[in-house]
Amino acid sequence: MTISSAPTSQSSVNPLKALAHLSWPWRVTFIYLFFMLLVPLTALVLRASTVGPAEFWRIATDRVAMSTYEVTFVTALIAALINGVLGTLTAWVLVRYRFPFKTVIEGILDLPFALPTAVAGLTLATVYSTNGWIGSLLAPMGIRISFTRLGVGVAMLFISLPFVVRTVQPVLQEIEKEVEEAAWSLGASRFQTFWKVLLPQLMTAILTGVALGFSRAVGEYGSIVIIASSIPFRDLIAAVLVIQRLEQYDYAGATVIGTVLLLISLVSLIAINLLQAWGRRYEA
Amino acid sequence: MKPEKKPEIYGQTGILPPSQNERPTPSQGVWVQWVLIGIVFVYIALLLGIPAVNVFYQAFKGGIGPFFENLIQPDFVSALWLTVLTALIVVPLNTCFGICAALAIAHKKFRGRTFLLSLIDLPFSISPVVAGLMFVLIFGRQGWLGDWLQSWNIRIIFAFPGIVLATAFITLPFVVREVLPVLEEAGTDQEEAAKTLGANPWQIFWRVTLPNIRWGLLYGVILTNARAMGEFGAVAVVSGNIIGRAQTLPLFVEDAYKSYATSSAYSAAVLLSLLALVTIVAKAVLERKTSVR
Repeated sequence: MTISSAPTSQSSVNPLKALAHLSWPWRVTFIYLFFMLLVPLTALVLRASTVGPAEFWRIATDRVAMSTYEVTFVTALIAALINGVLGTLTAWVLVRYRFPFKTVIEGILDLPFALPTAVAGLTLATVYSTNGWIGSLLAPMGIRISFTRLGVGVAMLFISLPFVVRTVQPVLQEIEKEVEEAAWSLGASRFQTFWKVLLPQLMTAILTGVALGFSRAVGEYGSIVIIASSIPFRDLIAAVLVIQRLEQYDYAGATVIGTVLLLISLVSLIAINLLQAWGRRYEA
Repeated sequence: MKPEKKPEIYGQTGILPPSQNERPTPSQGVWVQWVLIGIVFVYIALLLGIPAVNVFYQAFKGGIGPFFENLIQPDFVSALWLTVLTALIVVPLNTCFGICAALAIAHKKFRGRTFLLSLIDLPFSISPVVAGLMFVLIFGRQGWLGDWLQSWNIRIIFAFPGIVLATAFITLPFVVREVLPVLEEAGTDQEEAAKTLGANPWQIFWRVTLPNIRWGLLYGVILTNARAMGEFGAVAVVSGNIIGRAQTLPLFVEDAYKSYATSSAYSAAVLLSLLALVTIVAKAVLERKTSVR
């Protein structure tokens, strides 16, 4: 997911020879990318362009569509930010402390990557329903999670958690203990050390993780379609709207909303790349 | 409790006076540590742990018998078969592509390298639903090739080929992303040595490159497989969810749940969770392997 760091310099290889040597891999790469990525992308963009700008705008901004953007983007942002805080805390605890069941926590953190989203949605919907293990504890307080917008939020929290932890963890591991010790010996408190010395170093990683999590949460479909009731203006998300439009054979509508989602993912992809470039700005 | 001493500067040497503690840790506050660990435990339990346990509880609360009864329903069997078949096609395809792309990109600097890498990463950031939609717009009845396909009586959308295409799209980046860093780390010295000793490119690949990248490659393959078997959104769009014909396991889970067949939904969910479990354990093992080396 992360764009790898600058390639190792290869001055000894004759570029022409190397290219001739690698011509087969290149051919396969280009042909496969052309058919699997470029053709489908072009199909979407071309289809969207046949709609016409005025019509595109009308469909993209109709009331139901606008409500789905609000539900999708605001909820995804909140979920990603919560994970920005709690994910950083998790990374911190995992890197710095020893405690029982640490390996279990390490393993279970990858669950959102490994578990099919349909299963995630199924079990979250059950656990957080009014007669589920957690939902039944919240029901007396008047909090309903499954089949409401809170459910969408829980699914998005689930899906975006590992991104922050896994981007912050390696950075935190690399920070040398000496830097902190220097701060302490200069009289900084633990809190000051964290706030003024560690956090600035971690900030790019945290923001990258938040952006990755946000981007994943915005596109998430599987778990949300199961835990949400998908009622417009309440908890209908953009991805589900695309499918609903397709089911009504409204191809133009599906294409337009799909294009909006695509644009948002492209913008977050660029943002993530810029963030990472910015994070490497002091490297050679 | 803050350290009371004001920081002093000890000349130009930068050596701490011997009186000071070796580790200048400010008041440890063990309880802070345990509170933080506690918060993490509660958060992860609420979000990941309890839901994970719930899958197995729900599947087996009626005992082992009903669980296996669910597993021999014809709908379930056909969904399982379709899932396995999809993975059997998609995983080798994307493994070949992934190795080729990583080999092609690894030791090259060229204009547009970052762009190419971002392009390969695109399926990670595109919503699966949008990915499925793209294929519907090409192969669907109203799509580019719709009329042509219909005249030849070929079905891609709402059928198996569509599922394969959408799954291949979604899982495209995994192998490249895992193999590329390993290749970059390894450098080209060994390949060049093999070359000067007279090995042909094919020999170099099998005897030198492949052994070097094997663990990264294996992990990439495992991730591809997990995602291929578990993909829901993209497949939901292209399959149209026709029971017994174009339904994979994740679609079966949703369908069973929505039609109140909760116990068969959970039986299928257990199988998919075991897949996730294998993936996580494999990851841990492979990480240990690569760090020991």
